[in-house]
Amino acid sequence: MKDSEFRVISTEKLTPTVYRTVFSGDTSEIKAPGQFVNVRLDGFFLRRPISVCDIEKDRLTLVYRAVGKGTGLLSRSGPGDRFDILTGLGNGYSLSVAGDRPMLIGGGAGVPPLFFAAKKLREKGVPVTAVLGFSDAAEVFMAEEFRALGCEVRITTVDGSAGVRGFVTDALPEGYTYFYACGPLPMLKAVFRATATDGEFSLEERMGCGFGACMGCSIMTASGPKRICRDGPVFKKSELLWDRE
Amino acid sequence: MERQTNRLETELCGIRLDNPVIPASGTFGFGYEFAELYDINILGSISLKGTTAEPRFGNPTPRIAETPAGMLNSVGLQNPGIDRVITEELPKLRAVFSKPVMANVSGFSVEEYKSVCARLEGLPGIGWIEVNVSCPNVHGGGMAFGTTPEGAASVAAAVKEVTSLPVIMKLSPNVTDIVSVARACEDAGADGISLINTLLGMRIDLKTRRPVLANVFGGLSGPAVLPVALRMVWQVSHAVKIPVVGMGGISSPEDVIEMMLAGASAVEVGAANLTDPFACKKIIEGLPAVMDRYGIKTLSELKK
Repeated sequence: MKDSEFRVISTEKLTPTVYRTVFSGDTSEIKAPGQFVNVRLDGFFLRRPISVCDIEKDRLTLVYRAVGKGTGLLSRSGPGDRFDILTGLGNGYSLSVAGDRPMLIGGGAGVPPLFFAAKKLREKGVPVTAVLGFSDAAEVFMAEEFRALGCEVRITTVDGSAGVRGFVTDALPEGYTYFYACGPLPMLKAVFRATATDGEFSLEERMGCGFGACMGCSIMTASGPKRICRDGPVFKKSELLWDRE
Repeated sequence: MERQTNRLETELCGIRLDNPVIPASGTFGFGYEFAELYDINILGSISLKGTTAEPRFGNPTPRIAETPAGMLNSVGLQNPGIDRVITEELPKLRAVFSKPVMANVSGFSVEEYKSVCARLEGLPGIGWIEVNVSCPNVHGGGMAFGTTPEGAASVAAAVKEVTSLPVIMKLSPNVTDIVSVARACEDAGADGISLINTLLGMRIDLKTRRPVLANVFGGLSGPAVLPVALRMVWQVSHAVKIPVVGMGGISSPEDVIEMMLAGASAVEVGAANLTDPFACKKIIEGLPAVMDRYGIKTLSELKK
């Protein structure tokens, strides 16, 4: 974990609710896709935890939904704006166990960390299928970036205005070896039930600190209470107790 | 720094502290994870995560909500229980921290407080027991004892029977008359008072029209509560002879000095640790320059 200052290079709107901000700063503590950063915002007491979408040398890319006043402030940032960011938080996905045909399953604001995972898998030459779910065509983002990496991309929308009508579980491929999922909790639980192999889920929760001190984001797992921020946010399917609900 | 020239030195219940800054219970875990960030031996001490007899998962999530200049939490005393604290957590802390620590004990009955405190007797490295009679996030325990002078005194007297360690009673601000609770603890044999625990509050989500916290209510902390804490530390330290540990919204060296001017012998830093893991380090390192600015030679001269 490192606390350092980042400068905004650019902020752009990807959909009516989703923004991409690219920063320059010290990315050395970011070790794995699935990790997150915690951004301090002027006028707000708590930091905002946001998953890492990409790093390239000293460039940090965050793609996030502007859901409230805090992320709204970030979405209005411009070149040169400075932010105090804690980096290197959380465990990240274990890409070494992907097998030869992994799939990525993302829903809405859960898509960005999977881009970082896709990039790392494609660098190793692993074929990747990305199943990306959105509410409607206007909310689809980053599909072209996944395709540019060489991923097979399957889009689903709830209203059918783009790709397959329905949810990500309506478009899962056959024969995958492992999966990495991130998205809203109902989607993750549906993926939990619909998948035949082992895999990993990235969870979110309202956090106090983001580094394990406050016990604000705890979850009960097969091996006892865990902190989503520090022991997660990525948990193996076998760790989660959703089959007992 | 030579001991004679340590301007930050203070004392709490007969134990010398290199400086008055102590991370508050529940905001620093059992300390050792912060040792990955910096040498935590610069701290005055550490108040450990509140411990009960049995393991507790705590309350459902969301447990955290933002507020103006602060936050609400409703963690609900999540902890691994006294057995695992002794066998797993304390040894990990001892490996990286060499000073006396403050164990923090909570319970749902007078007997539970007694049994947990008894287990701490004779353990190496425990300097004080901070008895939490003020947790606002559990039912039928915690704050229930701290909201009446009789309840707080009954816990203080009971734990004094089973421990030789200094007993510091951690009090709730959610009372009509803080002085009467503090005096009752002193009369029951308590060796110190710490305050304030969090202020009971809530937030409601306009989108869902439901409380943000799954537990509905939570404890308010952060800079928003500093003036309330100063007022209560002032009142209590003028009313009792035992030392007072001041806490509530401290996030700067100036806040530490203000709290000591209100009568605190030492301070705890809570919510600030959660937004800046280096908060205590920065406060300690920043104290000498702020003391110079206000003509303060030693922190001990601030004591009434």
